Amino acid sequence: MQYLHNIGTYFLMIAEMFRKPTKWSVMRTLILKDIDDLIIGSLGIVAFISFFVGGVVTIQTALNISNPLIPKYLVGFATRQSVILEFAPTFISIIMAGKVGSFITSSIGTMRVTEQIDALEVMGINALNYLVFPKFIALMLYPFVISIAMFLGVIGGMAACVYGGFSTLEDYITGVQTDFIPFHIVYAFIKTIVFAFLLATIPSFYGFYMKGGALEVGKASTTSFVWTSVMIILLNYILTQMLLS
Amino acid sequence: MIEVTNVEKSFGDAHILKGISTTFEKGKTSLVIGQSGSGKTVFLKCLLGLFTPESGTISYDGKIYSQLSDDEKRNLRAKMGMVFQGSALFDSMTIAENVMFPLRMFTKQSKSEMEDRVNFVLNRVNLTDAHHKMPSEASGGMQKRVAIARAIVNKPMYLFCDEPNSGLDPKTAIVIDNLIQEITDEYNITTVINSHDMNSVMEIGEKIVFLKDGYKAWEGSKETIFKTDNEVVTDFVYSSELFKKVRKMYIEENE
Repeated sequence: MQYLHNIGTYFLMIAEMFRKPTKWSVMRTLILKDIDDLIIGSLGIVAFISFFVGGVVTIQTALNISNPLIPKYLVGFATRQSVILEFAPTFISIIMAGKVGSFITSSIGTMRVTEQIDALEVMGINALNYLVFPKFIALMLYPFVISIAMFLGVIGGMAACVYGGFSTLEDYITGVQTDFIPFHIVYAFIKTIVFAFLLATIPSFYGFYMKGGALEVGKASTTSFVWTSVMIILLNYILTQMLLS
Repeated sequence: MIEVTNVEKSFGDAHILKGISTTFEKGKTSLVIGQSGSGKTVFLKCLLGLFTPESGTISYDGKIYSQLSDDEKRNLRAKMGMVFQGSALFDSMTIAENVMFPLRMFTKQSKSEMEDRVNFVLNRVNLTDAHHKMPSEASGGMQKRVAIARAIVNKPMYLFCDEPNSGLDPKTAIVIDNLIQEITDEYNITTVINSHDMNSVMEIGEKIVFLKDGYKAWEGSKETIFKTDNEVVTDFVYSSELFKKVRKMYIEENE
């Protein structure tokens, strides 16, 4: 019963987020701040993880190809497919659920605990529009982060492949260019946009409606990470079934 | 003026407010006092419109809050100033930005006009050189003064304070109490303060409403609270040795 209540409240929160918009001059500042916090602030960790995960995918693929009949360029092909279809959009989104999601839940939750949200509401401000909407807009730039992750994943794979001696640079590049289907990029970005929506709204929901003190802020951050990850995995499956099968 | 008529509020099985009726007059500082758990904060949040009473009405200068449209409620709230117990300053903004916030949200003033107004109210609460500090760098007393400055910057008609001097030393608490009293007189606004601090009662209690277990147990002023024989009030007010002595002296002086 509590789950149903939470689901209903979540959708009401989304509807309320678009009502009674905050003055544009204020909203613009909030959006720019959230772009800095959520997007620019995530580039470092995303770049680091993507580069090395790309490398690991390449090494594992190369080590599992023992049949001499399988061409060497397949390493580049497998890396590209893995990185573009899954590692960049899904794997990075789960990491972002931990980094960005926890930040959103704890910052909004702390505002709830310290009565800052009450202060907004007393002033007649739509606190959901003021707090959640800028995060939602900022995370619409999330595909930019994922494109960097895709690029660096493939570059990381290339570095591991060439410097690890698994195949030549030419073979790897041939593999990356082989059988490229542009729709796979569209599919990856559709997923990314959906995940960006989840990353903005689920952590905000757990922060905004939390009750209690500092301990509960920590618990809300954990719960928000779990549910954001669960929803990313679930929608990843549903979208893949709908778009690729 | 705020008129409260027979307000009831429950959370689940817990009946918090039980038929409270009272009036808070314009230009007067009114205190709602009572023990912890007596329903003071819930009552204040009902006055602020953060909680909706199950029954009864709250009217602001004749307008019943529950009968207002969403836009009218929003406009009314823009005329309210609130000082929260923990100050509730926005920790991502400087002190000047905190105070300027209601002006940025609700007025079309130019930046220089807003800065002038912020300077004026910060001077009014005796904070002349704290503009660029973050709330975390300010002391408890300073944070309370910033919260008061933010509450009055947009010239409110109603000022609400939830335990404005909790956690402050007695001297700073008196400064805050007097500041609220002066602002109430100066701007002729309706001020309602939640408190369980008897020093505040004696300093600024022009009207006092005493809550006990969600009921209004007594209503009067700082002058009449010494004369009352209401046991519920005397148990609370004279729970400390200091106030027992004060009452004894008051009675002796007036005999």
